[in-house]
Amino acid sequence: MKVLVPIKRVVDYNVKVRPKSDGSDADLANLKMSINPFCEIAVEEAVRLREKGAVTEIVAVSIGMQQSQEQLRTALALGADRAILISTDLAVEPLAIAKCLKALMDSEKPDIVLLGKQAIDGDNNQTGQMLGAFTGYAQGTFASELTLEDGRAVVKREVDGGLQTVSLELPAIVTSDLRLNEPRYASLPNIMKAKRKPLDTMTPEELGVDVSPRTQLINVRLPAERVAGIIVEDVATLVDKLKNEAKVIS
Amino acid sequence: MALDQETLEQLLSTVRRFVSQRLMPLEAQVDEEDRIPPTVVSEMRELGLFGLTIPQAYGGLGLNTEEECRVIMEIGLTSPAFRSVFGTNNGIGSQGIVMDGTEEQKNHYLPLLASGDVIGSFALTEPDVGSDSGAVKTKAVKEGDHYVLNGTKRYTTNASSAQLFTVFARTDASEPGARGVSAFLVDANTPGIVLSEPYKKMGQKGAHVCDVTFDDCRVPQANIIGGPDRLNKGFETAMKTLDRGRIHIAALSVGCARRLIDTSVTYAVERKQFGKPIAEFQLLQGMIADSQAECYAAECMVIDAARRRDAGLPATMQASCCKLFATEMVGKVADRAVQIHGGAGYMEEYAVSRFYRDVRLFRIYEGTSQIQQSIIARNLIRAAR
Ligand SMILES: Cc1cc2nc3c(=O)[nH]c(=O)nc-3n(C[C@H](O)[C@H](O)[C@H](O)COP(=O)(O)OP(=O)(O)OC[C@H]3O[C@@H](n4cnc5c(N)ncnc54)[C@H](O)[C@@H]3O)c2cc1C
Repeated sequence: MKVLVPIKRVVDYNVKVRPKSDGSDADLANLKMSINPFCEIAVEEAVRLREKGAVTEIVAVSIGMQQSQEQLRTALALGADRAILISTDLAVEPLAIAKCLKALMDSEKPDIVLLGKQAIDGDNNQTGQMLGAFTGYAQGTFASELTLEDGRAVVKREVDGGLQTVSLELPAIVTSDLRLNEPRYASLPNIMKAKRKPLDTMTPEELGVDVSPRTQLINVRLPAERVAGIIVEDVATLVDKLKNEAKVIS
Repeated sequence: MALDQETLEQLLSTVRRFVSQRLMPLEAQVDEEDRIPPTVVSEMRELGLFGLTIPQAYGGLGLNTEEECRVIMEIGLTSPAFRSVFGTNNGIGSQGIVMDGTEEQKNHYLPLLASGDVIGSFALTEPDVGSDSGAVKTKAVKEGDHYVLNGTKRYTTNASSAQLFTVFARTDASEPGARGVSAFLVDANTPGIVLSEPYKKMGQKGAHVCDVTFDDCRVPQANIIGGPDRLNKGFETAMKTLDRGRIHIAALSVGCARRLIDTSVTYAVERKQFGKPIAEFQLLQGMIADSQAECYAAECMVIDAARRRDAGLPATMQASCCKLFATEMVGKVADRAVQIHGGAGYMEEYAVSRFYRDVRLFRIYEGTSQIQQSIIARNLIRAAR
């Protein structure tokens, strides 16, 4: 069984991001970049499935700038067998990523595509669902547990108000939630071995996909600073303030 | 072969993450309990920390000196007791075999040391033999194809968890100096080995040191490092391992100094007196700046000495310069860190007070500061004659 794990290069979650001074975008110059944490969980899950003998091959793929190779190497160090970079300098959107993945799936024919539920930069939470629509495959999003049995993928999903279990026909699309697993540290020997694993590069054009953006970023700015709160004397004052000052109730 | 920049960066960021997520939160507990949780030791094994310096052909990472130093600077950001767990396997406990061992010894011991399945310990110091380490009194007397060892080794790091000792013993009774000493690989199960209670130390709680007594211990002559051909050449082996070890300790000192500076600056920015953060007082800024400048100087020395060694150039004097300067530096930095913290710096609950005790050791083992000074001066004077 083959698993395709798409991963994204994002600003490390420990870094505090600021807008550029002209407000045109977030300022990412010289920031520490990492593999998106949800993608890392997806890689870890694929590796665990292989350790259980359910999976035989793990292919990591990233769509983005050349430097995304670094994150693919991380995936290889964690246990992916080979990696593919679909290289583009354009800022790729979920729609473009999903189209690239669909095109890649036509040749790779994975049994499961295991994605992060969202990337911590754009917080879009769309790629997996769009890929589900393009392929027509069953999807199990927000997975907090994934088991393979009798040629089906059983996914425990984190939904509002509890857990939902779905059984998916393969091939299937699964997106990982935070509690799916706790990723291991890549061992130092495996980091060194990752360099020798295959990493192929292709372009969206070769896949016949137009990745040009469909949305335009107009402005990025920090949220307004919070001002200090006050302690009100009684409930009546509170209600009055909510009505007449904050105007959040009427 | 040196690693490419990208792989090295991945290696370092993984170690950094392990240090900040797994080790730092345990520092106070380890100090309190004088014990490193076994699960953490297993994680260190899985990560590959025991085999940093052991060649890849024998299951290690085969890092060169510079790469090793960069990893150790990251490790230095947390309590040095953690480093001690895998310190001997990467240094004095394995490098003798790496440098002078027979092919058979390498094949047998190095993979076990690299994986951390075997802990190696280095037994040179004795009750009457410290800085004058060539004066080893432990005796090894030949009986058939074995040697019989008798004597006591002092302050042996990791002895209580070791399965393998590198023991220095006098094989030539007629030669009182370094030229009569051989290095033996001794299995910890060998009958006649007795360990003392662990010493109660000033710092680095969690890392254990005790005395090891050899009472009629029979060791095959094939266990001389490098085989019987290297009889009476053990001290040479010991000194060779120390070059690299001294640069390693200097790198560790740089890591600890970085942590101390970072902690001090954070504190100075938050703590207010006379209506403003104490970081705004120039007298404190002076301390912070001196610490940073000295730490940076030590870092540059370490990297330069490591590169010299990796290039195959003589580096004994440079290694001593690094060990002397960096360990004295971290002593001063720790002292200033306590000062910047004021009364809080004297309290156990603040990391700087623990580091202050921990880093004191660096000026003493693997050659005291005075011994480093002697080596440096001796080298220069010899060249002038
Ligand atoms: C925690 C800890 C762990 C250790 N681990 C190990 C280990 O794993 N294996 C091992 O073999 N040893 C180990 N040691 C021993 C350590 O290497 C020695 O303590 C060190 O070499 C100093 O020897 P000494 O204690 O006998 O001091 P001494 O040699 O007695 O020195 C006392 C003082 O005299 C000075 N002095 C001595 N000779 C001279 C000289 N010629 N010129 C100027 N000054 C001089 C010294 O600098 C020092 O200030 C450890 C020690 C400690 C404290």
